[in-house]
Amino acid sequence: MCRIGAIKSKEYVHPSVALRLMRSQQKGHDNSGFAMIMQDLGGVFEGYKGLPILSMACTDEGIKVAEDILHRKGFVRLFQWAPQVFPKPGLKIEPMPNYVFQVYQYPKLYNYAPQEEKEELLVDMRLAIRHELENHDLGYVYSFWPDILTLKEIGDPSDIGEYFNLWEENDYFKAKIITAQCRQNTNYDIVRYAAHPFFLQGYTALANGENTFYEKNKNLQKKLYKGYIGFESDSQCFLYTLHYVHKKLKWPLIYYKHTITPIPFEELSQREDGHILANIRASLAHLEINGPNTIIGVLPDGTLFTCCDSKKLRPVVVGRDENTVVITSEVTGINDILPNRDWQDDIYPGEREMVVINDELEVVRWQQ
Amino acid sequence: MATVKVNQLAKDDLFWQIDYKHDRCTLCGKCVASCPFQAIEAKVEKRRKVVSEDITPNPKVYFQTIPVIKQVISEYNFCRGCGICEKVCPNDAIKPVRNSDHRFQAKYRATVADPFKRGGRSNLETDGRTLDKIKVGRISQMTDPSLDAQRHTFDMRAPFGRVLAPNEIPLEVDSCGRLVLKNNLPPVRWIYPIIIGDMSIGALSWRMWEALAIATAYLNEEVGIPIRMCSGEGGVPVRLLKSRFLKYIILQIASGHFGWNRIVNAMPHMVEDPAGVLIKIGQGAKPGDGGLLMAKKVAKHIQEIRGVPKADLLSPPNHQGLYSIEESVQKMFLSFNAAFKFRVPVAIKVAASATSVSVYNNLLRDPYNIVGGFFLDGIDGGTGAAHEISLDHTGHPIVSKLRDCYKAALHQGKQGQIPLWAAGGMGKNWNLAADAFKMICLGANGIFTGKLMLQLAGCVGNDMGKCNACNTGLCPVGICTQNPTLVKRLDIDKVAENIVNYFIAVDHELKKLMAPVGNSSLPVGRSDALISTDKSVAERLDINYAC
Repeated sequence: MCRIGAIKSKEYVHPSVALRLMRSQQKGHDNSGFAMIMQDLGGVFEGYKGLPILSMACTDEGIKVAEDILHRKGFVRLFQWAPQVFPKPGLKIEPMPNYVFQVYQYPKLYNYAPQEEKEELLVDMRLAIRHELENHDLGYVYSFWPDILTLKEIGDPSDIGEYFNLWEENDYFKAKIITAQCRQNTNYDIVRYAAHPFFLQGYTALANGENTFYEKNKNLQKKLYKGYIGFESDSQCFLYTLHYVHKKLKWPLIYYKHTITPIPFEELSQREDGHILANIRASLAHLEINGPNTIIGVLPDGTLFTCCDSKKLRPVVVGRDENTVVITSEVTGINDILPNRDWQDDIYPGEREMVVINDELEVVRWQQ
Repeated sequence: MATVKVNQLAKDDLFWQIDYKHDRCTLCGKCVASCPFQAIEAKVEKRRKVVSEDITPNPKVYFQTIPVIKQVISEYNFCRGCGICEKVCPNDAIKPVRNSDHRFQAKYRATVADPFKRGGRSNLETDGRTLDKIKVGRISQMTDPSLDAQRHTFDMRAPFGRVLAPNEIPLEVDSCGRLVLKNNLPPVRWIYPIIIGDMSIGALSWRMWEALAIATAYLNEEVGIPIRMCSGEGGVPVRLLKSRFLKYIILQIASGHFGWNRIVNAMPHMVEDPAGVLIKIGQGAKPGDGGLLMAKKVAKHIQEIRGVPKADLLSPPNHQGLYSIEESVQKMFLSFNAAFKFRVPVAIKVAASATSVSVYNNLLRDPYNIVGGFFLDGIDGGTGAAHEISLDHTGHPIVSKLRDCYKAALHQGKQGQIPLWAAGGMGKNWNLAADAFKMICLGANGIFTGKLMLQLAGCVGNDMGKCNACNTGLCPVGICTQNPTLVKRLDIDKVAENIVNYFIAVDHELKKLMAPVGNSSLPVGRSDALISTDKSVAERLDINYAC
């Protein structure tokens, strides 16, 4: 079973905190990898808030391929940053030759383009780069989106931390929201794309457990939007449904939970909004999940939330102090990084509950 | 050498031969009285008997004329092997025995110059069912624990009605951040994933039909299993139309439109909407052929319910005036939707066929969004009384066709929008839950079942040619006959009880399949849960091969 974690803070946080959060939950993962997405970036990226950042791990040729694709379209590179690496014999890690984080300026043609058009452009670019990298086995592109940075690596999380010097706090590599997991999706092949968290157009999701309706989810999602691809992990479905419900259908967030874990028919008939929920259930029956899962999600505006499967077969806990909220699988992680919080304020969400953390770190909870 | 009339029908030609034990027979006459086919009769035989009455052997020969039970050798009154004689015999003196060397159908056609007719269903393939080559192979283990079938709650409901794509639902967000509907939507009813299939009152005796209706109502109101029953084409008793139990009945209309004058007349008096309307275009048994209720089954009450005189009642093989899918959508669906003011889902039933996918594709693209279900009936389905040539030689197996239709929907990204209901041999191995579960995993929203209900009621027929006399109007157990004497053999309450009990068991068994795969709601299209030990089946259905 995977352990997952998310940190949202009023201040910029270094990835070492995420590593510490996950390390005490180590018995729950198999040291097969480390992946994280940082949102609302500080440090060296703080000055580039509105501009898309390309996150890749690839060969030298891979960089060239990606840059060519972007330049052809009119993107101009403004800034790039690569983490300094510290290879050492004995480190359990399978590093890629390059870790690329590049900030781009939109093509001039898009200066006055509507936001939506720009957002589609970014997806198109990422898909084009991914296609080329895959075709020639040149590496991986994880995200191309403003204020988002993705790192996914195979190996022992502690060693990966050492390799990138992530254990040591510094000021140039920070974010206000960090989501992380310390393993690969080891059910199947070890593939970098298969590691949580997953990201699309400002939406992040990570989950644990098994998506037993993976096949149904995937079959429908494949037809819904060009960005719903890959499916290297059954958990990607949670992200795509979130994106579809919230961004494509423009339904309020409460309907995400209604889509993935619909209320039983017997209860529906007793609710005022039963007919709406029944229609959603009918229409999106193939996006339901029916396995044991906890999902943590982040919306483009930085809203953080968590919810569980309808049987409550996976744990999750929310802990917080005045500056930071942490959502993770086990309380030991929170104890590690927020030892002085009031643990009586910890929240253990129920199977019908959704816990949402807004930008002021206010907690909103509701029963489905 | 004696002359032999070789061309005459002989006992050796018949399907079934009566095995009569004179020494056990008490001549009570029950067997002759109970045989509806008059296939046995009381006769006399001349017997030679050798007796010795002295202390030392002193044989004497006597000739006696004794009464016996004899099989009738006739193209019309032949034994069907129903075994009623055996059932009523107090002394085990008589029973039908299958004659594997028979040549009856050839003799029949050669004598009568008419197609051979019978009831029952496919007698050609009785083993090697596709569904039996599929197992539920995906069992939840450590990462997603199995559920407890006894204690967990399961949410087993299937849609009946047109489901819209999410972006087609007229929703808007109100000031409280809630979705509200701006317009009405096509009605969708959430019902049990098994429907008691369409068998008409007329084809079935009034007692059998009533037992089904009672079982349906009981399952809904007392057991909490929201099952629906389809009326079949033949109308519905007016008392039921005006009762609150109508909500459990799906009204069927087929090409004969039988009974619809009564239904239309009853509309103003209905206190509940029916569960749905099912337009029958075709059926699994005798696909492409119309229904036929022989005049001898058109008893007085059938005349009343159907609004017809005593005559052969033919449902034409096609709906008159329809020549395209689009037209059927416009004329029939619209009219039946409108008849109940768009409150009642209207679905269509067709025979599984090489063309089913094209029809389904067209319906999925229907711009009117008023096709509320696609009912597919396969070759093993039907309780059909029909020409043998239709029963045995026309039709399409259901399993791969259902899968094809589901995949067609998947290809369009419209799965679930017109719910798929499949039938045709469901429960043929007596386990309806297993068949239902596998069909659902292959993409069905639900299944429907007919013949199994008759077998629960006491039908003595089987797929090996036993009885199969549904076409005669002489059903020996009172299920598909209107003969008052025969109908009275059927105990309505017992039949209803059997059906209710069977569905209680099915409900448990469905849960026993859902629990190990870790699902509390129906795994529609979850073919990853299935494996097949037959490579060709696995390949054809796109499921995992296991060995």
